[in-house]
Amino acid sequence: MSYSNKVIDHFKNPRNMGSMDKNDPQVGTGIVGAPECGDVMKLQLKINDDMVIEDARFKTFGCGSAIASSSLATEWVKGKTITEALQIKNTDIVNELSLPPVKIHCSVLAEDALKAAISDYMKKNGKENTEVNTETQTEGVA
Amino acid sequence: MRFPIYMDYQATTPMDKRVLEAMMPYFMEKFGNAASRNHSYGWEAEDAVEQARELLAKAVGADGRELIFTSGATESNNIVLKGIAEMYASKGDHIITVKTEHPSILDTAAHLERLGKKVTYLPVQKNGIIDLDELRRAITDKTILISIMMVNNEIGVIQPMAEIGKIAREHGVLFHSDATQAVGKVPVDINAMNIDLLSFTAHKVYGPKGVGALYVRRKNPRVRCAPLVDGGGHERGMRSGTLNVPGIVGFGKAVELAVEEMDREKERLTRLRNKLHDIIMSQTSDVFPNGDMEQRLPGNLNLSFAFVEGESLLMEMSDVALSSGSACTSATLDPSHVLKALGVEDDLAHSSIRFGLGRFTTEEEVEYVGNKIVKAITRLREMSPLFEMAKEGVSLKDFEWTEH
Repeated sequence: MSYSNKVIDHFKNPRNMGSMDKNDPQVGTGIVGAPECGDVMKLQLKINDDMVIEDARFKTFGCGSAIASSSLATEWVKGKTITEALQIKNTDIVNELSLPPVKIHCSVLAEDALKAAISDYMKKNGKENTEVNTETQTEGVA
Repeated sequence: MRFPIYMDYQATTPMDKRVLEAMMPYFMEKFGNAASRNHSYGWEAEDAVEQARELLAKAVGADGRELIFTSGATESNNIVLKGIAEMYASKGDHIITVKTEHPSILDTAAHLERLGKKVTYLPVQKNGIIDLDELRRAITDKTILISIMMVNNEIGVIQPMAEIGKIAREHGVLFHSDATQAVGKVPVDINAMNIDLLSFTAHKVYGPKGVGALYVRRKNPRVRCAPLVDGGGHERGMRSGTLNVPGIVGFGKAVELAVEEMDREKERLTRLRNKLHDIIMSQTSDVFPNGDMEQRLPGNLNLSFAFVEGESLLMEMSDVALSSGSACTSATLDPSHVLKALGVEDDLAHSSIRFGLGRFTTEEEVEYVGNKIVKAITRLREMSPLFEMAKEGVSLKDFEWTEH
């Protein structure tokens, strides 16, 4: 398996790796995947009252592509509003990192983690019913 | 040190220079067909083949007439399973093998099942070794063959060959062993072990790729095996096709050298393997060896690193050639069938690395790899949500994961 330079770069120099306080009401946490499948992603977003993502952190158990996908996702969402962040599709990650077909699930996981983190924030703040488009389509699932 | 450091000796080995030197004349000057009976080109090729055959037979305690040449152990294993199933069809239709075998046995057995044969896949104990009572219980009056590998390619575990052979003999069932990882590395004696058929290959013992052998017992009992490849009737009719003379010469030389140096090499590799184990274990926690540490190939170490995924670990170790039991390294999403058979949890199976040490592994390389693994584990665990959760006291078993 050969990796693209971008995957290698994210793997060697992960962006925004770490954790935030999951009890902070401003922090939404998404944990997706399962250890027995070989990948688990934790994505955390710090969201302000204007629904803008001020900060993002990730931790990932998984292959290089999974680590790179989550690192890239944190980089992309910072400064975006929730609505904008939800526009990010797994296929964008696939293209940016040149992931081969067997690694598409890594990008799906990153998209899922992003959605899970946002939904956790909404739930925590009683905003479940706020109008945001959470029904983005996942494309290219193997 | 030469990079990447090669530590995957159970996958293949580099050729020993002495082997290449022995082979060289048989490419150009002595190029004859060993089956040519009418001239000296043929005779000298035949002499070389027969000399190698004697050397190889002697290395496993057999007679030269009992050994046939093949393209490798995969072919030898195919000949045994398919050939015995066909030849002994009137006697029975049941074969016993083990869950941790190589795909060249398991896939061939599955093929026979599709043709209506019955196969029992014995489980292994936690240490990778079969339970002899389970074997005894699996034998029926329809059993024609027991096929059990001598040394496992992933975890290096050595099965109790002599005991298995004794059971097979008592029940009048043929006993085959895939000894690919064993010949030239651990003692093999087909008579002491009551082995009737034995597969092995050159490239795991510093010989060339593309040549292997199959031992087929000639008396007590006389074993017969239907051929897969028909043709000129070479190799006692069991494997037609022009012999790979230079390959066979190299095979003979490689095994001769390996047997000569076995005791010394066993001691050296055991020491280096244990050193690698100690460097890693003394500086990390939650690392679990897979397979029995005593009944084991000297040059094999297989470890599972909790909270770290195997492929990312290999990526971190990119200047070392290693193998992982992680599914991510293959097209399927299932982790190693061998580790699963040991009862290793899927997450730990995904986190496993096989270290294969061999003839050209140095102490310096072992120290480098051991220390590098420690560093890699530390960095990847900092990145791992599982490690963080475990530290916080979250039970990873009870956590509600989202399967995908």
